[in-house]
This record gives sequence, C-alpha cells and structure tokens, in this order.
Amino acid sequence: MAKGSRKTREALRTHAPPEKLNRKSGQRTKLKPGASPRADATGPVRRPIEPRVSAALAAAHGLTAQEYAHIRSLIGRTPTFTELGIFSAMWNEHCSYKSSKIHLRTLPTAAPWVIQGPGENAGVIDIGSGLAVVFKMESHNHPSYIEPYQGAATGVGGILRDVFTMGARPIACLNALSFGAPSHPRTRHLVSGVVAGIGGYGNSFGVPTVGGSVRFHTRYDGNCLVNAMAVGLAESDKIFYAAASGIGMPIVYLGSKTGRDGIHGASMASAEFGEDTEEKRPTVQVGDPFSEKLLLEACLEIMAKGCVVAIQDMGAAGLTCSAVEMGAKGGLGVTLDLDRVPCRERGMSAYEMMLSESQERMLMVLKPEKEKEAEGIFRKWGLDFAVVGETTAGMRFVVRHRGRIKADLPIKELGDQAPVYDRAHVSARMPASVQIADVIPPIPTMEALLRLLGEPDLCSKRWVWEQYDYVILGNTVQRPGGDAAVVRVNDGPKALALTTDVTPRYCEADAFEGGKQAVAEAWRNLTAVGARPLAVTDNLNFGNPERPEIMGQLVDAIRGIAHACQALEFPVVSGNVSLYNETSGRAILPTPTIGAVGLIDDYAKAATLAFKAPDEAILLIGETAGWLGQSIYLREICEREEGAPPPVDLAAERRHGDLVRALIVEGIATAAHDVSDGGLLIALAEMAMASGIGAELDRAPLAAHAFWFGEDQGRYVVTVKAAVAEKVLARARASGVPARQLGFTAADSLILQDERAIPVARLRERFEGWLPAYMAGAHG
Amino acid sequence: MRAAVLVFPGINRERDMARALKLVCGHEPAMLWHLETALPEGTDLVVVPGGFSYGDYLRCGAIAARAPIMDAVRAHAAAGGLVLGVCNGFQILCEAGLLPGVLMRNAALKFICRDVHLRVERSDSPFTRGYNAGQVIRVPTAHGEGNYVADQDTIDRLEGEGRVLFRYTAPDGTLDPAWNVNGATNAIAGILNERGNVLGLMPHPENHVEATLGSTDGRGLLAGLSDHFARAA
Repeated sequence: MAKGSRKTREALRTHAPPEKLNRKSGQRTKLKPGASPRADATGPVRRPIEPRVSAALAAAHGLTAQEYAHIRSLIGRTPTFTELGIFSAMWNEHCSYKSSKIHLRTLPTAAPWVIQGPGENAGVIDIGSGLAVVFKMESHNHPSYIEPYQGAATGVGGILRDVFTMGARPIACLNALSFGAPSHPRTRHLVSGVVAGIGGYGNSFGVPTVGGSVRFHTRYDGNCLVNAMAVGLAESDKIFYAAASGIGMPIVYLGSKTGRDGIHGASMASAEFGEDTEEKRPTVQVGDPFSEKLLLEACLEIMAKGCVVAIQDMGAAGLTCSAVEMGAKGGLGVTLDLDRVPCRERGMSAYEMMLSESQERMLMVLKPEKEKEAEGIFRKWGLDFAVVGETTAGMRFVVRHRGRIKADLPIKELGDQAPVYDRAHVSARMPASVQIADVIPPIPTMEALLRLLGEPDLCSKRWVWEQYDYVILGNTVQRPGGDAAVVRVNDGPKALALTTDVTPRYCEADAFEGGKQAVAEAWRNLTAVGARPLAVTDNLNFGNPERPEIMGQLVDAIRGIAHACQALEFPVVSGNVSLYNETSGRAILPTPTIGAVGLIDDYAKAATLAFKAPDEAILLIGETAGWLGQSIYLREICEREEGAPPPVDLAAERRHGDLVRALIVEGIATAAHDVSDGGLLIALAEMAMASGIGAELDRAPLAAHAFWFGEDQGRYVVTVKAAVAEKVLARARASGVPARQLGFTAADSLILQDERAIPVARLRERFEGWLPAYMAGAHG
Repeated sequence: MRAAVLVFPGINRERDMARALKLVCGHEPAMLWHLETALPEGTDLVVVPGGFSYGDYLRCGAIAARAPIMDAVRAHAAAGGLVLGVCNGFQILCEAGLLPGVLMRNAALKFICRDVHLRVERSDSPFTRGYNAGQVIRVPTAHGEGNYVADQDTIDRLEGEGRVLFRYTAPDGTLDPAWNVNGATNAIAGILNERGNVLGLMPHPENHVEATLGSTDGRGLLAGLSDHFARAA
C-alpha cells in the first residue's frame, strides 16, 4: 500500500479538475431539506467524471489485491468509486490499526479510576470531586514534514477536538517533537514552522501549551515527528460518546464548510515518503483556530443544554469515519444526504465530500425536540448547522448525492471487517553492554558538562516554549522547563501533573527496555513534582510495519510499555499509532511517545527542581552503577552511539518513586528532580540553573565520568534541610531504597572536588545559548 | 465597581479577566456579547480582554473595533467612563480610534510568552493608584503583535503629556533594549488617551494575581481601580 499514493494523486487530478474557490463561503443559506448548497452559486458547474473501479484503481488507493478481493466478496459486487474511496479511508493503517491492533490489545487499560479506555475519541479518568480528565495524544508527522506550519497546527486542532467532543473543556496542551540532525538543510525550516504552527493554533484557540520535549537525530531527517497531546476537564457524569442511539434521529453537521483540502490525508499518513513527497502538499489540511474556538464554545453550550445524543469529530477520513463510527458503535445504520452538506467549493463529488479532511467539523445526533435550540446556538456562534442524514434500522451506510445512491455498504463490516494483520516480526539482536573501563574520558568532567549543556538534545528549549502561551486560563502552577507541568484544577487545591516522554535511542538499541523506560520516565517525571501517576496515552511512531525488523520494534516496544504500565498501575487509556515513518527506505528511530497524567492533592505542595537555599543537603535516591551504554555522554563526548540501554527495574522504580513522593508531600524535600538524559551532573546543573544557587559536590564513588554522566534509571535528586539529611537517608535504607548524600547547595558556582568550579551564570549561558543561535543561523 | 467584560468571537482571556476581577475586587463582572448595543446600567469600567478576536485574520482588532457594542463603548469613554484594553483589547481600542497608534508585529517576528518587568510611570491615574510611581512590576506577556508604533508627533505628545503609563524595563527599572520584549517605540507597554480614562496595555496583569501561581504584581491595577470607584462613591 506504500507505493500507490502517487497514482492516487493522478487519479484525483483526472476526475476532479481544480476549480476556483467559492468566494461566497461567508454566506449562510438556510437549507431546506434536499436543497443543494450550491444552488446559490453562479456559473457553470463542472461535473466530475468518475473513473472506472478496477483492481489497479484499488491499488492506487493503497488497497492490496487481497483487500480488494475481500471488499468485492463482502458486498457481492464491484464497489462504486465513492465506495472504493470509503473503503480506502476506513481500511488504511491510520484508521484501521490493522498492523498494530492485535498487539495493542495486550496493553493494560483498566484501573478503578478509568472511566473510558481506548476506543473513544479520548481516554477519561476520574480525579474525584465529580471531575474527570479527558486526554489523548496523536501524531501529525507526515503533514508536518510536508507543510510544517499547517501540519502542526491541524495536529493541535485535531487533538483538541478529540477532547472537547467528549464534553471536556481543554485546559492544557503538550507536545513531543523529533527533528532531523541540526546540520540537515531542512531541519531549521521544520523547527521554525512546526513551533509556529503549534503556537499559532493553541494560542489563538486559548489553551495553554505547558510542556513537551524536542529532540534532534539524523534518523528524523526525512520524517519529523509532531505528537500533540490535549488534556481537558469535564464533570465525570457528563461525558459524551460517539455511539448513536434511536432510529430516525437527525444527524447534524456542525462547524466549518467542507472543501477539497486533506483528501486522502489518512492514506498519505499510511504510506512512506519517497521522491514525490512535495507532491503531497495538497493532502495537508489548513487549520482555522478561530473556527475551532467557536466550535468549542458552541459544542459545550449545546451539551450543557442537553441537546446531544452522540457526537463525533471529523478527523482522519472526515465524514466517512465519523458517520460510520457513530452508526456502528450504536448498532444502527446511517443515511447521509450529501446535497445538504455545507460546501466551500462548487461541484464537489460524493467521493471528495466523503474523503475531505477539512478541519473544524463535527457530526452529532441531536434530540429531535432540541434541534431548533441547538441550531440557534450554532447560528449565534456563526457556524454552519445542517441536518445531513438520519439513523436507520438497516445497519447500512447509505450515501445519497444528486438523486443517486453513491454508496450502500454494510456499516458494521466497514469497521469490523477491516483487515487485521499479524505481520512477521523479528526482534533486534541485543547489543552488548558498554563497560566503564572501555570508555576513556577524553576531557575533564566539568568541561564535558559544559559541552553537554550546549548540546541540541540537552540544551534549553526556551526558544520553543516561549512561542506558546503557557499562562492563559490562569492555572499554570509550573511552567515549561521543569520535570512535569503542573496545572491547577479549577480553583484548586487539586492539580494535574502532565508530561510527555520517550528516549528513542534506547528503543533503537532495545525496543522492549526502551518501551519500559518511556513509561517509567513519564511516571518518574510526574512523581518528581509530587503527583500520583494515574494513566497514560501512547503515541507509537515507527517505520514501515511490512518490514519484519520494524514490526519487531513495534511489538517489543508495546510489550515493554505493557510490562511497565502493569507494574506501575499506570493504564493506557488512549493512543495513536503512526507507521510508515520512513523516507526512501530509512526508518525513524522507534519513538513510542508516552503522555502521562498525575494528580496532586494540593498544588501548593508540588515540588520544583530549583535549589531553594544554600547549605541544604543534596541527596541522590536510587542506585548508580555508571551505565554509559546509549548515554548522551558516550554519544556526544566519545562519539560512540552504542551499547545496551540502561535497564529499568520496575519494582525498584516504584519503591524509589513512592519514597520521593512521600518526601515531597510531607514537605521534607525542598526540591526534587528526576535524573534522565545526560545523567546526574546534568540534573544537578539544571537544579542550579533554575535557581542561581550552586553546589559543592563530593568526589565520585566510582569512575567520575560514569558516576556523573551514566544514565542509570530510577533515580532522583532531592534537597533537604541539612539537619534532617541523616534521618532521610535512614528512612530510605529502611524502605529498601539506595540513597547517598552528594554534597551541599552553596553560593553561585558548581564545584566538584579536584575539578575547576563553574559559575552557574556560565552554565546558563551555555544552556540557553545553543538553540537561539542555531535558529538565527549561527551553526549547522 | 461595576465592570463589564466584552466578549467578541475569538476572544479567549475573558474568563481570566473575569476571574481576576472577582478575586481582587470581589464582584462578578457582566459578560457582554459583541452584538449587544448597550452597556449594563451603571457600568463603571469596560474591559476589552485579550485573545484573537475574529481570529485576528485581518489586522489585529480591526473587525472587533467595528462590532455593534463598540458604539456604546465609545459613548461610555466620551462621557468620561473608564475603559481598559488588554493585549487584543489594546489593539481593538487602537483600531476603534479610542487610542492613538498601532501594535505591529514583535521585532523578533515571533509570538512571545514571557514574564516582563514594567515600570509604572505615574500613580495618579485611576488605573495605577494601586502602585507607586517608579515601581517595577512583573507580569506575563503573550502576544505576537505588541510592538507599539505611532508617528513622531503622537509619540512626542504621549511623552509630553505623561500618557505613557507602563514601560518595559530591566528588573531594576532601567531602560534597556534587551528587556524591551517586542521592540516597542520608547519601550511603551501601556498608554492613556488624552482624557486619561482609556488605558491600553499589552501585558496581562490578570494572570498575575495569585502568589501560588507566580506573582501578585497584577493585583495593583485591578485593586487600584476598585479603590478609585470606592472613593468616588
């Protein structure tokens, strides 16, 4: 299915000649049943000519010969052109999860606090006091590479819709971005466009973007990753679902008009990139955050007024996917009358309308007696509102257009009979562990620290997050730059801790350990601010699943995620899979991004990573063996990208985290920070830079470079008043948690025994310098 | 103090403003839809909040400035009533002709969300009686187009008549281009109209009203207004 996309575009061109946009789009005509929205348009309307459906055309739609044969036997005839389009939309990787489905089923999804697990628009968890958190993460990788601003913007728009479709008001956004090597000629353009797009959409919509991660690696050169997460708040007994109910109920189209943008977007996202990537630009949608903001307010208003039976946003594969899901989930048929669909362009065919991915649209089943009230609310917000169909008893999906039946398909089978593949998979060979003795430090410790702080993956991402409004809504307790963002719930005292994490180089070396680590790292980041980790959303970004070694990465990573989620009681409640992230045969690093949510009972007690005062004891929680394999030190300082990644001991993880959380909640820890990328000395430098206060550190108990830069897992740095240090260490021992004192906070320099001291101001200069200079064109 | 907060389609900081007014002044403000043509009886203060009215797809604030409610706001200002425009609200007041000048794209050509330091130039205005002249406050900015520009005559008049109420400065209150977040002329962050009853301000005092969320420096503006009306009553 990877090879057909070019032909698809050609097919589209032949049957749908480009036409001028209807500039009358601002005009809102009240539609009588059956009236055509194009009736007011003047000038000749070119009727598209439909190509003949054949095996070749099916292949051009990304359907394999077997899949096409299955379709023919399912409906007992050759599908119409519109039906072929519908099948290709429903059965592509993006919508059907056909390669990942059997493996995703192994993920733990239940816990007493889970209200809704995977399968709806977003996951829902209970946070007490009658409130629920609705959240999900989704990728918009392919569109963002082709058109970074709009690709990223509509990624944010799509995930926000997923959340407010369920009745939640979005309260925060996060993201996880992976770009190619800084030296790659396209990287700067992509960083600049993607960041502006995320900001452009979220800022205008009015949701704070409070956290995320940004990384660079040559394996993302031809395929950047844009994973966007949205978090919303709802009353736990007022969650809205997609399943329609009742026969003969009106199906209402809401939001913006349908245009020709994004046709085949989901199919594009299900194919790898080749030489023709640039040709795919027209498959990217264009975002309109203003309309989305209006759609949010209008939807929440009609939900509050009790008008809504079922609701589904039009995301990937637009009208097709949303209508089929509403019917199939409710055990009902659906009939759509396309003549009533508000269109932005004249002469759109049924095929185009069914596959358009125009943004900011919703489909709803309304209570018939509330139709007038709902329409009034939508008109007030200046949005389109049209009854475009109804639910039926027949379990058929029927599409009518210009007096003809363009599609008549079994609705249940459209989704249920989508192919499911148990693709061949092989696990990668385990790389050997890197021994400390095999790594000779080429430069002194403090010099290495300075170098690493100015390294693209470790340096400050201020240049990025300052383009996002992170203060709007007035609840951002902890802003970007810490372990996890902390966002107050309404007026408090509860707050949510939010983070996104994954370490792709670990996953590349060992996908199982990497999958585990991504979950553990997220759990650790939530813990480090004092939160109780509750649930995760996973966004699995991989290459072409038809290659057994890539499929092996996916299978192993899912196994690792399942393992960690089980051990940490951290269920997966929503997620998204993005495959075919390759260009010209080279895959991205396996990147199973984990977005996670934790709960803080009293936001005033949340911990931050900044040192608070001089002369406090600095304690390290967790075991340090000096694991250099796959460390940033080994990669950047020794120029060796090798070895097994650090293993995660999940039982220890839990013990260590539970102790740290208790120290925070009891007010004993004055600062807390998890130790991750770059190791211990980087973590300490970050704590110093966040405060301006330095530290005096004792000599390393093992080889200095391994102790300070090893990336052993399950570790935290906390500070406590000097007087209680011994007591805390004893408590750790009693809980079976390794802990040691590293030294004291002091003055304004970072001081290591036998090494030169570095002023915190100098660390900051390095840390803050790289990204702005790079974006200004200084290097790379 | 009876406040009315205007709501245009695309405005998104109206809840922040209403919440801050409630918290600091103790009164729930009236929320006023853009299609209204009159202010509620006895309105003391009109607030034009931040956001992206009409998506800011034309010039920022240009469409909102022509909304039905704006005639009532002009009449309120003409009668000496107080009007506060924050961020998009400042842009709207400029477009509505209630304040001179225009807010151009930030000098760095990027949206910037950052805490800035503002020097309060005068404390004898109803908007700044909660501060001392020369006091430096820390409040967040979040805008892409806050670079204040006007012709030289207008700038000279604003400066000469003491109508520059807030300026971007270093934390110690000194003028320094490095701290002028958007490159505004004379580091102007907030200005008054001729009569002194209309204030436009780029940063968001309404987002710094709680110590646990970073700072209470924004309270002075709202508390000062409340005090102003309490004394007048």
